[in-house]
Amino acid sequence: MEEVTSGLAKIGTGLAAVAIFIALLLIVFFIGARARGKLQHPAAMIVFLGPAIVLLAYGLIAPAFLTTAGSFKDATGQNWVGLANFGWIFTTPSNREVLLNTALWIIIAPLVSTALGLTLALLLDRMRRESISKSLIFMPMAISFVGAGIIWGLVYEYRDPAGAQIGLLSQIAQWIGMEDPPNWLLWQPFNNFFLMVIMIWIQVGFAMVVLSAAIKAIPGDVVEAAELDGATGWKLFSRVTIPMIRGTLIVVLTTIIIAVLKVFDIVRVMTNGNFGTQVVANEMYAQSFVQFDVGRGSALAVVLFVAVIPLIAYNVIQLRKERTIR
Amino acid sequence: MTATMRRRGAVLLVGGVAATMLLAACGSSSTTSESSAAPAESSAAPSEAASEAPSSEAAVPAGCEAYAAYTGSEGTSVTLFTSVLPPEQQRYEDAWKPFEDCTGIDIVYEGSDQFEAQLPTRIAGGNAPDLAWIPQPGLLAKLVQAGGPVPAPQGVSDNVDQYYNPAWKAYGTVDGTFYAAPNSSNMKSFVWYSPKVFAEKGYTVPTTWDEMFALSDQMVADGIKPWCGGIESGGATGWPATDWIEQIVLRQFGGDVYDQWVAHTVLFDSPEITAAMDTLAGWMKNGDYVNGGFGNVQTIATTAFQDAGSPILDAECGMLQQASFYAAQWESFKPGAVVAEDGDVFAFFLPQISDEFPNPVVGGGEFTTAFSDRPEVQAVQTYLSSAEYATARASQPGGWVSANSGVPLDTYTDAIAGLSAKYLTDPAGIFRFDASDLMPAAVGAGSFWTGMTAWFGEDAPTQEVLAEIDAAWPAS
Repeated sequence: MEEVTSGLAKIGTGLAAVAIFIALLLIVFFIGARARGKLQHPAAMIVFLGPAIVLLAYGLIAPAFLTTAGSFKDATGQNWVGLANFGWIFTTPSNREVLLNTALWIIIAPLVSTALGLTLALLLDRMRRESISKSLIFMPMAISFVGAGIIWGLVYEYRDPAGAQIGLLSQIAQWIGMEDPPNWLLWQPFNNFFLMVIMIWIQVGFAMVVLSAAIKAIPGDVVEAAELDGATGWKLFSRVTIPMIRGTLIVVLTTIIIAVLKVFDIVRVMTNGNFGTQVVANEMYAQSFVQFDVGRGSALAVVLFVAVIPLIAYNVIQLRKERTIR
Repeated sequence: MTATMRRRGAVLLVGGVAATMLLAACGSSSTTSESSAAPAESSAAPSEAASEAPSSEAAVPAGCEAYAAYTGSEGTSVTLFTSVLPPEQQRYEDAWKPFEDCTGIDIVYEGSDQFEAQLPTRIAGGNAPDLAWIPQPGLLAKLVQAGGPVPAPQGVSDNVDQYYNPAWKAYGTVDGTFYAAPNSSNMKSFVWYSPKVFAEKGYTVPTTWDEMFALSDQMVADGIKPWCGGIESGGATGWPATDWIEQIVLRQFGGDVYDQWVAHTVLFDSPEITAAMDTLAGWMKNGDYVNGGFGNVQTIATTAFQDAGSPILDAECGMLQQASFYAAQWESFKPGAVVAEDGDVFAFFLPQISDEFPNPVVGGGEFTTAFSDRPEVQAVQTYLSSAEYATARASQPGGWVSANSGVPLDTYTDAIAGLSAKYLTDPAGIFRFDASDLMPAAVGAGSFWTGMTAWFGEDAPTQEVLAEIDAAWPAS
């Protein structure tokens, strides 16, 4: 009974906080709306951008600077150690494996996801009941990485080959004549690819839907003109379709690459980075929040951050170029 | 222009306030309870109300003789901050209710699932609780270095000297000053087995290390894999394997080497720890012995520790080395599973290896640390280290265990709790705290876990694993 009352009190406090928040917003909007003349434009800007800027500065920009500073400090975050943390990242053998794995993830997972997505988009484009198959392929996108990890954990589950199998993959392997299927998650270096399959499974739907929309947006007269010129099949695809959806392809690729750079949940759920499958983001978490080495954790975060910058820059440049062409 | 400035300032302020409030609204869960505030209940219990009356130094009310030493702080309250949440909270409050009624001190219990994150923040913010149950000696030492905990009063020290294995006092001591007595304890030196299967096959519970391996060989001959194990535990994968090594180090080399190992004066890559690894290799890494119900040795690395014991109920595996708290798992394998000496499953003490080091116990516990030396805080702290409190708490339902030797063993209603207490309070026994909890986090929650996982999962060479664990030890 006591828990119920204290729970109700908590909900009440929460509701009150939300109500006050909304009331404050309304007051701000009211003041903003009353601004007239010269003040109107700047006032509107402040009203709408102000809170976002404050929250961004507090939640994103300040932490970015603090993390960068932290990467030059020791485990407790109190003494400066120069580049020692970065030295640790790039010279320890176990970390070289981490960097190599992350590189493999960045190269393979986005390329395969995009290629598969493009193929599916082309194939489904000509199918009847396109929306049903598309929905099915898109559905994994709605599952969280952790949920997907648990599902695939059951697929890769290993049991003594002599006994009953509860892992789907082992059972299939036995059906097709592989008597002694390996313990998939321990099978180096292929276990990395088994983990990437999960990421691809999730991202293919996204790539397919976006690319399919881009393909459908290619003007009919362009295709018609190409066909009149004798372009068919592969030639039509490589000379007309691909160039027409190039911008979308790049957006899809970079979006997936950024998602892959952050990959953490899948690795954490499946192997926790053991058996040679560690990646930068999971190592960063382990250093920061399991081993409480803030310096090393921050340094790994900075490495990730620096790795993302060129991708974002490329993305922005491409978008700008396209805008000038149009 | 000034109007714009003023408006801009106001908007920024409003945005900031709104953001703060939103953050504040999403706090974490915590339970505070003052249910036991004595005055509120006095009308319902007239006899107790009488005891509420200022007793001064005169006659102690009937039933309160045991608490005479703690009187003199009527009407005060003491806050206790812990990570223990309901329903355990109620059992604690029931246990110290007579103390509250007799002394007039109100113990305000506050449990939080964010205990370890919140405690340092509260101390830094000048909002420290009066008392806290700190689950690791390492955290206690860290807090002492940062400032906050106050040394334990003489009464606590005397209680610990009288009732506890001397090792416990050392774990509550930082730099020669004694701070905290243990509250509850857990016992890790157990082997789980099925009494039913043992009776069917005519096996007897081994009492020596050699008997245990003779039994293992017997099981192999009977076509049962004698051992099963699993060390997968999400972000903490590997910890059960560190427990196995700890058991062996303590049994093979005794408490002194164990302490030196924790202090890193005996390295991982030393003859002693290498020998312990070899012992473990002949046990849990022995292909003839493991991994019952799951497959080969490597499956130990991928099997969840929670699942590891399930083949025992199906006679696919003979034994599992796991802590006392594993008792809670059996119900999930087989609804209604009976944990008893004649039930579906029970535990025996992992035998000693050498007579030189009798009854070695690896375990854990949490420590009642004070952040204030007000008389009522010291009264509660002293009471919580007494045999009266431990006995009152142990008689509550649930598997609560105390290492306090003043608790009669027949107080325990739970068989495993009673068995745990028997070994934890053995005056001749050697008690040591879980070593990985005492080592620096980079090792105890890092390379020790990953090293042992690689040793099982990837068959990494022993020397390589040990050298890598050593390499992660922070230089200081």
